[in-house]
Amino acid sequence: MRNWQFFLAALAVSGLAYLGTRLIGNDYVYFAGYVVLQFVVLATAWNILGGYCGYVNFGSAAFFAIGAYSTVALHKFPQLSARYLPETLNSVVEFIFPLSIPVMIVIGGAIAGLVGLGTGYLTLRLRGVFFAIATLALAVVLQTLIVNWDYVGGSRGAYIIRPNTTPYFDINYIEYLFIIMLLLAVIAITVARSIERSQLGYGFATIRDDELAAEATGVPTLRLKLIATTLSGAFMGMAGAPFPFYIGYLEPSSAFGLAYAVNAIAMPMIGGTTSWVGPLLGAILLGTLQQVASVTISSAVSLLIVGLLLVFFVIIAPNGIIGLWQDYFPRKEAPARENSKAEAT
Amino acid sequence: MDFPFELLLNALIAGLLLGGFYAAVTVGISISFGILDIVNIAHPAFIILGSYIAYIVNQRLGLDPILTAVIVLPVFYMLGSAVYQVYYLSFEKRGQEALRGLAFFFGLLFVTEVLLILVFGVDYRYVQAAYIEKTLRFGFFDLPLRMLVPFLVSAVLLAGLQIFLSKTFTGRAIMAVAQDQLALSLMAADPIRIKRIAFAISIATAAIAGALLIIIQPVEPSVGREYIGRVFAICVLGGMGSLPGTVIAALLLGIVESITSTFYGPSWAPAVAFGFLLLTLAVRPAGLLGR
Repeated sequence: MRNWQFFLAALAVSGLAYLGTRLIGNDYVYFAGYVVLQFVVLATAWNILGGYCGYVNFGSAAFFAIGAYSTVALHKFPQLSARYLPETLNSVVEFIFPLSIPVMIVIGGAIAGLVGLGTGYLTLRLRGVFFAIATLALAVVLQTLIVNWDYVGGSRGAYIIRPNTTPYFDINYIEYLFIIMLLLAVIAITVARSIERSQLGYGFATIRDDELAAEATGVPTLRLKLIATTLSGAFMGMAGAPFPFYIGYLEPSSAFGLAYAVNAIAMPMIGGTTSWVGPLLGAILLGTLQQVASVTISSAVSLLIVGLLLVFFVIIAPNGIIGLWQDYFPRKEAPARENSKAEAT
Repeated sequence: MDFPFELLLNALIAGLLLGGFYAAVTVGISISFGILDIVNIAHPAFIILGSYIAYIVNQRLGLDPILTAVIVLPVFYMLGSAVYQVYYLSFEKRGQEALRGLAFFFGLLFVTEVLLILVFGVDYRYVQAAYIEKTLRFGFFDLPLRMLVPFLVSAVLLAGLQIFLSKTFTGRAIMAVAQDQLALSLMAADPIRIKRIAFAISIATAAIAGALLIIIQPVEPSVGREYIGRVFAICVLGGMGSLPGTVIAALLLGIVESITSTFYGPSWAPAVAFGFLLLTLAVRPAGLLGR
């Protein structure tokens, strides 16, 4: 299937899913569905770097929060400009603002992508593990910056009033957010899939399998890694950009919550990291499970389940659900693989 | 305004004491990450576990936190041994430590934190001991015992470990396993066993570091996360697995953090460690006393 055909097919499937939610006719579906879709985007974004290149990013929450806080900053900008900018400039600002959510998503994604590029540039020339540690620390430092930045609310947090109606269609705002996230998920998955089947994707795979050999055969590893960190960071930022409108009240400890980082890792790992299906599958399964568990038991327990599943899967089923599937329903070339394994051992 | 000399001196001393404590927190990572190449990002979670054990025993029996830590050392040693066994069988043996091993430790970190939240809640917990609220005064500078006792315990711990690593057979085998596993197995020492012992020791130090942590500050389950950036910054800056390097880097970071929080406010302190880490990685990745 070509990429545009896949894109159209994915659009059709998501359109059907949307019609299905309309049939249910309850807004709660959109509230729960938004979170699941947000995790689909996060997990797919993580997988571009983690699954394809083999570089672990622990700072998903930081990139997510960059997107969310860029929205807060943009949302508050007209207030600032009304106070400080001269009249003529201010009228320009008032003409442009308030920005619509898709625009904010693009801006949030661009900023998060730049941060990804910077972090990657500083750490990726060394061993991969330093990148992982740097992303962990990045989350803490960005949180410190946000806590100390009064304009976006500091440690008190920022309120964003969700409008009742949408600018374009006569639907509930949460439904509008849901549709946007659905589109974003379709785009993220299409991009991930097209990377997988392009020269870029093969380059990523060589880095994952043997970086030294890749470098020796002329693969521009650093450049490829930087592309991956930028893309991955950008999509995480995009996933976070509409979040303030969803949650209504954003504070640093919720935006930087470890839950995002854990989910972004656990979902691809549980689904399977080598193809776009894995993160999608993992995000839908784990996301739904968490929604159910937080309603029926408690949110702490639902997080515990995710953590335990992550540990369990990396030990017992290192290739995720897709790996399990392939073991039980081997493809035609599978017997040959068995033979080569037997020879090796 | 004249320069606040007394303030600076007090900040320096507080930083030295803090740095001594950081050395105890980092020494486990220096062993596991620096020497064994096991990226144990769950280490801070084990430290918090140690803090909570010290807290429970202190609450129930009124025992001194440091004494408790010494008593539970064998338990942490066994725990570390078990974790390494799982890690070795599931990841190191299969050559998958890079991606899945990291995810494994991250999962451990997360599970430990959530379990502590489920059991104890997110309230800050603290311990009681005779020396916690006392302060020695010398002229115009203060020596709070709350900081001095952890500093001294940490010094003893690091000196002990350094002697162990450089004088005993097992200790030297641990240093050797980092350099050449094959050569080690030719010397009739099982590299896996040596690594297990070393990793278990690194987790055992978490018991002590945890007790020191809860003496210094009240603890809640997610405090450990603040230490991840710090410990890895110190470990890298100190030159990955060199204990003297770890001490120097820890003291340096402690002083810089203390001065930052004295003059710019404590909310900026966590960013210092990251700046250190990035600077080290960009300028001198081998660290101060790199091998």
